Amino acid sequence: MSEDDRTPKTTDGGTDAQPPFAATRYESGAISYPGHPTGPEGTEPAETVDLAEYTAEVVTWTTSTATPPGVRQPNHLAIVEFEVPDPSGDDVHSVRALGQLTTDGVETGDEVRPVYVEELREPGVGIKDEDSAQDWDGYRFEPV
Amino acid sequence: MDEPVAVVGASMTKFGERDAWVQELLAEAGKECLEDAGVAPSDVEHVYAANMASGEFEGQGGIMNALAHDLDLLPAYSQRVDQTSSSGGAGIYAAWQSIASGASEMTLLVGGEKMTHRTTGEATDVIASITHPAEYKQGVTLPSFAGMTARHYLEKYDAPRESLAKVAVKNHKNGVENPHAQFRKEVDLETVLESPIVADPLRLYDFCPITDGSAALLLCPESVAQEYADEYAIISGVAGATDTHVVHEREDPTTMGGVVESSQEAYEMAGIGPDDVDVAELHDMFTILEFLQMEGLGFADPGEAWKHVEEGRTDRDGELPINTSGGLKSKGHPLGASGVAQGVEIYEQVTGEAGPRQVDADVGLACNVGGFGNCVITTILESGGEAA
Repeated sequence: MSEDDRTPKTTDGGTDAQPPFAATRYESGAISYPGHPTGPEGTEPAETVDLAEYTAEVVTWTTSTATPPGVRQPNHLAIVEFEVPDPSGDDVHSVRALGQLTTDGVETGDEVRPVYVEELREPGVGIKDEDSAQDWDGYRFEPV
Repeated sequence: MDEPVAVVGASMTKFGERDAWVQELLAEAGKECLEDAGVAPSDVEHVYAANMASGEFEGQGGIMNALAHDLDLLPAYSQRVDQTSSSGGAGIYAAWQSIASGASEMTLLVGGEKMTHRTTGEATDVIASITHPAEYKQGVTLPSFAGMTARHYLEKYDAPRESLAKVAVKNHKNGVENPHAQFRKEVDLETVLESPIVADPLRLYDFCPITDGSAALLLCPESVAQEYADEYAIISGVAGATDTHVVHEREDPTTMGGVVESSQEAYEMAGIGPDDVDVAELHDMFTILEFLQMEGLGFADPGEAWKHVEEGRTDRDGELPINTSGGLKSKGHPLGASGVAQGVEIYEQVTGEAGPRQVDADVGLACNVGGFGNCVITTILESGGEAA
């Protein structure tokens, strides 16, 4: 995937003060989203990678019509794959993420970019309390 | 302890929409199981209650204590086993360990869940709470994982959409002969393919229902089993394995690592391979899961399971009958009960007690899946005593 040099988006509920789409790079070079205290093959986290700087390819998708309380209906969802170069630029690592799509009509293989949204679902309406450890903002994927 | 662990009793309640709460459902199945085996409550040394979410669904905790008291099992050791949708299978593993270790000579396992008093959205949210927070905030549900995985499978292997529908048709047909099943009604291909979309490309009939119910098994050393029954089952293999919590981190979405790992260990323990299995109960919470488990268990090569279903090889009169009980699809899926109910069906098959569902089986396998393959238990039962 090519690096996306766009300016921060403000569409679809996003704000200029968007937090990073934080994936974790481990000492092995592997990247995961979300991050874990211990990475693949027991390696330690090394740095944060902001996936908002990249575009991704749709691996698979669905439109969910039976959504839980507080979730938009229908809910278009996709698993996407980013390809992120390592700091030396000598290698590229794949990392996948799951997220909502901004629209229907997206197909497997399409290129998408992350778009920040302040509330992906209505806080506190489902089983988790609004003040729980759960965060409610994040990124949707928009066709490029 | 080298002595084989036997199953000497089995029971299950009617699955479906029940007025009873989980405590009553557990007691109903547990009492019937003891009566089925002719074992007195005072002989039970350990009791396990498999349940995923009685606190979330009913606000009821301490159900293992309630079960032990309600069946007059005191002072038996009691424990609740939660491994999400595979709580029942994990209960079998825990009950097997209690006997195999020598800690108990008579262990009652009862799995149960009460769900139907909740709306579909509420129940879906309770189940979705097992996902990683990064997934949960996107509004992901277990059915939506199934939709994404089904699309990937169909595209990757060029499999026809109809093959998934044929899983639903087969399992509903099997469920007609199960008096405990939630749905005892056949469905045709057209009905499945024209039912409302739930998680594209999957439709309503690709999914199991929300269910109340309970099931029980009674375990003991084989020498003790021989005091109670001429025919019983032997747990020849049982193992569990865990896959990623975050589903999209799996390298291949169509490979269920927990199924592969747990089954290999269970086969090794039993000294058999997939070709030796005569009948299987798989966790068909969604039709696509039957394909993924068939391939993970070695019943079909990767990308080939759909052909087995198309060719009728998994029908009740096929070479490897799958989900003779009707599966979760038709029988219902009361979360904590399902893994135990799979064990009940395999016990009845290998002891010749399956009635109109009976197939020619000496070796049966149950695969109980938690989450979307996050935790998996594989159990192998073989005929014991005069049933062998």
